[in-house]
Amino acid sequence: MPEPGRALPQPTPETQHFWEGTKAGELRLQRCDDCAKVYFPPRPFCPACASRKVSVFKASGKAVLYSYVIHHRPVPGFKPPYAIAVVQLDEGPRMMTNIVECEQTPEALQLDMPVEVVFEAQNDTIILPFFRPAKG
Amino acid sequence: MPHNTVAVVGAAETTKLGVVPDMSQIQLHADAALNAMADCGLGPKDIDGIATAVETPVQLAQYLGITPTWVDGTSVGGCSFMIHVRHAAAAIEAGLAKTILVTHGESGKSRVGNPPRSIHPQSLNGQFEQPFGPMGPPSLFTIPVLRYMKTYGVTEEQIAQVAVVQREWAGMNPRATFRNPITTEDVLNSRMIAYPFRLLMCCLVTDGGGALILTSADRAKDFPQKPVYILGTGESVETPMVSQMEDFTSSRAFRVAGPTAFKEAGITHKDVDHLMIYDAFAHLPIYGLEDLGFVGRGEGAPFIAARNTAPGGKLPMNTNGGGLSYMHSGMYGMYALQESVRQMRGIAPAQVPNAKISVCHGVGGMFAASGTIIFTNEQP
Repeated sequence: MPEPGRALPQPTPETQHFWEGTKAGELRLQRCDDCAKVYFPPRPFCPACASRKVSVFKASGKAVLYSYVIHHRPVPGFKPPYAIAVVQLDEGPRMMTNIVECEQTPEALQLDMPVEVVFEAQNDTIILPFFRPAKG
Repeated sequence: MPHNTVAVVGAAETTKLGVVPDMSQIQLHADAALNAMADCGLGPKDIDGIATAVETPVQLAQYLGITPTWVDGTSVGGCSFMIHVRHAAAAIEAGLAKTILVTHGESGKSRVGNPPRSIHPQSLNGQFEQPFGPMGPPSLFTIPVLRYMKTYGVTEEQIAQVAVVQREWAGMNPRATFRNPITTEDVLNSRMIAYPFRLLMCCLVTDGGGALILTSADRAKDFPQKPVYILGTGESVETPMVSQMEDFTSSRAFRVAGPTAFKEAGITHKDVDHLMIYDAFAHLPIYGLEDLGFVGRGEGAPFIAARNTAPGGKLPMNTNGGGLSYMHSGMYGMYALQESVRQMRGIAPAQVPNAKISVCHGVGGMFAASGTIIFTNEQP
């Protein structure tokens, strides 16, 4: 029997575009057509002005490391110690993620360092967005 | 809504705190409720309002034999009980009930009759936080803190000192779980849980409960205990996802609940004799001191390190030892309220001499919610 893996998301009608996006190699955000607010997590209306006129767009995938902890306790699908991070996207919103291709140490994980999105398939239907130190 | 028209007349914790494997969660509620009724000489037939969290008011009303005309099942984490007190005060003022019981019980350690709570993978937390490996509050509540530390130049040593000071208070409290003194080095050498948080910067996990009974101030003098009046109250919520906090260095829910309570009470910070700030983790008193306006931005950690909140300091805080050393069943807010009531009655183990105003500030979830209650022992 395989070891239990990490908890995986189950998309809902309101978040489908986001998870379809990661499958297409895109980090998709939403922008309000009325007030231009860019927001996350997904919902079919603007949390700033309540307009239902919103559009999905492909984000740059560029971000900075905003804050994190390095978790030292066992969690299914993870090998401690590992960082649970929040990144600030260039477009404004913040999101939780893991930092990959990087030592999981305070010395390697410097706040405000540039990071970029990478996508890793977890199974046939779910691809998660992670971030790695930006190249160049 | 100017208060001071409602008072706490009954207050008690469970007979035993700590490890209580011989009681299920609902019985911890009931044990505390029966102790609170005995404290004020009332029985279930005298109570016409009931509020509780996680367990429902329906369960408690039936279990205790209460027929309520008012119920409140607000369940927003550990500050739910502050919010219940606020709602109860408003309900009594509005005439919806005369005598309200607020109960808490939690088998946090022994987990008897306390089913595990799970995060559904279709929820926003389940989709956008859980896949990245958090495992409960120690790995979530702590996520904003590195940003706070970088913004204000706060050190791990300063955060460790929060735990050291609170252990000093716990040493004066015979009911505290941990009473032996600790040093900053002890904290910094304790096991790493979620960098930068070590074991001694995290709360205990225990079993216990508490209950409060409130009624109108004009009836309060007829009860055996010294009445403790509700002077001001506040509440708010922000986000169920810590990653979506507006500001990682400050809680919006704190900044709404705290000032609302101060305004309602009509007091300033220098009027406060005693303070409780819910300390599930060592950074919370720092955020609380700043968001409630006791100190400026970035000044919370040095304020604690300079012993202002320690025994003998000018602002005694978390005088029961707090969630870090006294007890923490999971939803600690009730125990903070109990300590404020003891201080206002003048019977706390580490009593603050002549304390007349106590501020009790709670958090729920991971910076998800907040409730603030300001008590006084001075008659309206």
